[in-house]
Amino acid sequence: MTTETQNPIEPCLAAHEKFADTADGPGWLSDLRRTGITHFTELGFPTLKQEEWIFTNVRPIQEHSFLPATKPTSSIPAVDDLFFSELSGSRLVFVDGHLSHALSKFADVPEGAIVTNLASALETHPELVEKHLARYAKTDESGYSALNTAFIQDGAFIYLPKGKVIDEPIQLLYVSTDGDSNTATLRNLVVAEPTSSCKVIESYQSAGEHAFFTNAVTEIRVDESANVEHCKFQDQNEESFHIATIQAQLAKACNFTSHSISTGSRIARNNINLVMNGEGIECTLNGLYIVGGKQVVDHHTLADHAMPHCNSHEHYHGVLGDRSRGVFNGKIFVREDAQKTDAKQSSRAIVLTDGATVNAKPQLEIFADDVKCTHGATVGQLNSEAVFYCRSRGIDEASARRLLTHAFAGEIIERISIEPVRERLEELLWDRLEELIEQ
Amino acid sequence: MSNKLIEIKDLSASIDGKQILKGINLTVNEGEVHAIMGPNGSGKSTLGYVLSGRDGYDVDGGSVSYAGNDLIDMAPEERAREGLFLAFQYPVEIPGVNNTYFLRAAFNELRKHRGEEEMDAVDFLGVVKEKMKLLELPDGMMKRSVNEGFSGGEKKRNEIFQMAVLDPKLSVLDETDSGLDIDALKIVANGVNALRKPDNASIVITHYQRLLDYIVPDFVHVLSDGRIIKSGGKELALELEEKGYDWITNGEAVAA
Ligand SMILES: Nc1ncnc2c1ncn2[C@@H]1O[C@H](COP(=O)(O)OP(=O)(O)OP(=O)(O)O)[C@@H](O)[C@H]1O
Ligand SMILES: [Mg+2]
Repeated sequence: MTTETQNPIEPCLAAHEKFADTADGPGWLSDLRRTGITHFTELGFPTLKQEEWIFTNVRPIQEHSFLPATKPTSSIPAVDDLFFSELSGSRLVFVDGHLSHALSKFADVPEGAIVTNLASALETHPELVEKHLARYAKTDESGYSALNTAFIQDGAFIYLPKGKVIDEPIQLLYVSTDGDSNTATLRNLVVAEPTSSCKVIESYQSAGEHAFFTNAVTEIRVDESANVEHCKFQDQNEESFHIATIQAQLAKACNFTSHSISTGSRIARNNINLVMNGEGIECTLNGLYIVGGKQVVDHHTLADHAMPHCNSHEHYHGVLGDRSRGVFNGKIFVREDAQKTDAKQSSRAIVLTDGATVNAKPQLEIFADDVKCTHGATVGQLNSEAVFYCRSRGIDEASARRLLTHAFAGEIIERISIEPVRERLEELLWDRLEELIEQ
Repeated sequence: MSNKLIEIKDLSASIDGKQILKGINLTVNEGEVHAIMGPNGSGKSTLGYVLSGRDGYDVDGGSVSYAGNDLIDMAPEERAREGLFLAFQYPVEIPGVNNTYFLRAAFNELRKHRGEEEMDAVDFLGVVKEKMKLLELPDGMMKRSVNEGFSGGEKKRNEIFQMAVLDPKLSVLDETDSGLDIDALKIVANGVNALRKPDNASIVITHYQRLLDYIVPDFVHVLSDGRIIKSGGKELALELEEKGYDWITNGEAVAA
């Protein structure tokens, strides 16, 4: 039993001490982990007093004793239904935070390209990992990113040399079980060198029913004229907690698309940060959350325009039932040099019940004068004119509401370029929406 | 030929406690076309909305009997299923709902109501194709979301296209001509005429005599301040075009 006075970070510090003694990896990695734990000691867990966390209370996470599992689990969950099965590319399955060789499948990749897990890459390509790991995401963004760094062990590692293209989307499936461990620390790294291209799907799922904590950081580096589409689907059970950061470091004339679909967890926090370090970058951020019960889903996005002539277009939709809560905080920085920036942000949410709420906060900080920035946030019920329009054509009210709610979610889904993912999500989300509408 | 399709008696209605319709009397028989003209704000669209059952419009008095039913008691979707169709003055955009899908959903609701089997997507496409030709609709429009990003004229054309597919008994066309160019106006009017049958009828709301050159009405009514203050044949529209509304509204003031 934890006592009132114990600092909630203590168990993590103790666990780290044990972990640091036994963890594999080169010296620089040990240093990195140490930096992580130092930051964590200073930062602790976020509180409602911190600006970035005022809408999301993480206390319920601390009420559990979630400790990073440092050893792979022996359990082999059934995962066949969790894939986007029509995709024939590589599938990496991480069970409770560690790669399961038994469940994973590696497809052929172009010469020089690497699709593997971090733990293996540390052995086979240590220099490459060292060059990129923890270079883009801040270790001290929050206590959670610090903790993630402190316990770096496994995750996905994807590397594309100049000009290489992997057509078939790479599936990364993160499954949590009711096994020996209740926590997964995941550290993913995607490096796309100039003019290369790939599509990556991160899918977070539960094979168990118990509370589980996922702490994930994905660093994505997209070099000049490279193209990366990243699709994240978070559908863990409603007892679980999910804190994740996607950090994209973008170079000149590259193309980056992020989709964040969040339907799971009791508390899910998704940070998506884009740093535009070159001219002519195109990025798109799409998001969709569908929640009910007492779920909380929080998206914090940051589009940091440091250079001229970049576009960032952001579209987030939320559908909330029951007593769920949504948070959308969209920050756009346009730095002094970033003339001709075109930044669009729109966040719309539909609340199906009186008990559901949304906190939406656009945050624009613009220091350049020749820019186009628009933002809009709406929270409300379904458009009553549209409901009437449907009814005036013979569609009853309940069906009209259903049709419009599905369409609202569909507007985001249809932006995903990977057809099997789109179709599967449409099906899954249809069911999910039905549950919410019926409540 | 004089089967009553709709009989509106002394209908008054209000929005947010403000009375807009102040005692409308109008009977439309099967096979007839009635034009309703009148100044801005006189209540023409309100009449259309009240007939189609929009929320927020309170019927304070009078009655409307439609095809033997008490219309006011019916939900909007029931009215539609019974063959009432409103072509909106401002058609609503529904992002994310495919135009064909939407129309098929509506079409099948009507069929179900008549005890007919629902039509599958393939057969429905056949129906759609034929009506698209009638209204010279570009293919692309059916693949887009309902009215989303349609030009003003395209939206109007889409309304009449829906009407063609749903084949209503009574259509209320609310300023379908506004926003249409001359060619589109002819196409739409031809479409409406082609759909005329001995057992259906239309109420055509318009500001312009021009439309009535193409869709020739049996009766023209002038609505002013929530009342029909004058009715006549198609010549009345010409007279209004020439003289404006003042001569009647003033006349009425004197008569009152
Ligand atoms: N929601 C509302 N609240 C209050 N008044 C309203 C509302 N909707 C309409 N009205 C008023 O009702 C009156 C009739 O409006 P209506 O739209 O029926 O006019 P109309 O004859 O169709 O005009 P137009 O020729 O401009 O289309 C107007 O004075 C209008 O301002
Ligand atoms: Mg009007």
